[in-house]
Amino acid sequence: MTKGLATHWRLMPQRYNLIGTHCKNCKSKFFPQRKICPKCRRTGSIEEFKFSGKGEIYSYTTVCAPPQGFEYQAPYVLAIVKMKEGPFITAQIVDCKPEEIEIGKKVETVFRKVIADGSSGIIRYGYKFKLRD
Amino acid sequence: MAVGIVGYGTYLPKYRIKAEEIARVWGKDPEAMKKGLGIYEKTVPNLDEDAATIAVEAARSALRHSGIKPADIGAIYVGSESHPYAVKPTATIVGAAIEATPELTAADLEFACKAGTAAIQCCMGLVEAGRIKYGLAIGSDTSQGMPGDVLEYTASAGGAAFIIGERNLIAQIKDTYSFTTDTPDFWRREGQEFPRHGARFTGEPAYFKHVINCSNKIMERNELKPKDFQYAVFHQPNGRFPVKAAKLLGFDQEQIKLGLLTPWIGNTYSGSTPLGLARILDEAKGGDLILATSYGSGAGSDSFIIEVTKENERRRNPTPLQCFIDRKEYVDYAIYAKLKGKIKGVVLEK
Repeated sequence: MTKGLATHWRLMPQRYNLIGTHCKNCKSKFFPQRKICPKCRRTGSIEEFKFSGKGEIYSYTTVCAPPQGFEYQAPYVLAIVKMKEGPFITAQIVDCKPEEIEIGKKVETVFRKVIADGSSGIIRYGYKFKLRD
Repeated sequence: MAVGIVGYGTYLPKYRIKAEEIARVWGKDPEAMKKGLGIYEKTVPNLDEDAATIAVEAARSALRHSGIKPADIGAIYVGSESHPYAVKPTATIVGAAIEATPELTAADLEFACKAGTAAIQCCMGLVEAGRIKYGLAIGSDTSQGMPGDVLEYTASAGGAAFIIGERNLIAQIKDTYSFTTDTPDFWRREGQEFPRHGARFTGEPAYFKHVINCSNKIMERNELKPKDFQYAVFHQPNGRFPVKAAKLLGFDQEQIKLGLLTPWIGNTYSGSTPLGLARILDEAKGGDLILATSYGSGAGSDSFIIEVTKENERRRNPTPLQCFIDRKEYVDYAIYAKLKGKIKGVVLEK
């Protein structure tokens, strides 16, 4: 079986639709999902929460020596995005040149192919971000 | 109850290559190619875009426009000739990405360039039969053209999604009619990377025979003439065929101008007629009548008579197609060859 197949399947809601969690008690939001609120502990109440996919660039780097599977995309931008709802998320910024990126620029999520397990394995789709027009 | 379009969405990749850049590489006269094919430039998908990602973006846009709940979608059909998997549906990826799963039926369709309109017909049938509340029909492609072949100037990427239902319609589909024969004008065998075609044979006995017959038959049975329509859109394998088809049928250039997109985006295959229709809906007013006729090699045409409602003026699409047409960046042939996986030794794991 392809390595990580079940994990990918389990994470699809997060990867496809930015489904995180929030604590109904203290309103804290989490991505990736948390099962227990670190603030409220036993008194917390966790449920699923869908993030809007909108945010801004908090920090970024340009990847010039990419890992396997990303060789032909270099140079590409990897950013820490501060989501509108608060949490930070690391993701690729697509359809732009590294020189177009600035801290504070607004971004929104897009649905893209993240990596494929070779030419015969599964294709893992998920979130990336693009600069907002 | 009337069946029709509740909402629609579109998507085009950002990158473009100009026809003269392709002509330069293959030693062709750029002006002759542009004039001969009626094409200036075409869209190029990024490395991480395929028919599934395009379908998802178009579907999400259609959901925003329609305002319906994804869980109310009872069927998803994705038409494409470039589904990312040979076995494993694109439609389930779309279903999960718009949170419409699990209570729905879903399938992928393939009929060269007309699988998108075939998807609309499938949804219409289920909605009219009362089996589903809404159906999602998508035409999406990242089409292939062999290097140096005439198809390379036109084969592009893009897609459109339509939510078909009975309530809150922006346009009513008054009738649909299809004309289908076994005509081997264009094909791609299993495992082959590029399609082949019958050159001139793709014209008279293929494209024109089906588009003309299908359009004439649907107008005849509805007692309508070309002058009764404000707009018409015909499948656009290049910039010339739809113009000639319109002329042969008796439509003037004003009626087809708005939906004629191939000169600037290329042939988006299953997305071609749906995108042309979406471009018209972006501007059409209540009461406007549209004739839409697709064509898929192999071969067949689907015609639709669509009457726009006042709702389309009240509820304009927040992301009109022009946004995607204007959002562009040119690449040269070398980058295009990389993005399309045409460089020997480069395995893009597409």
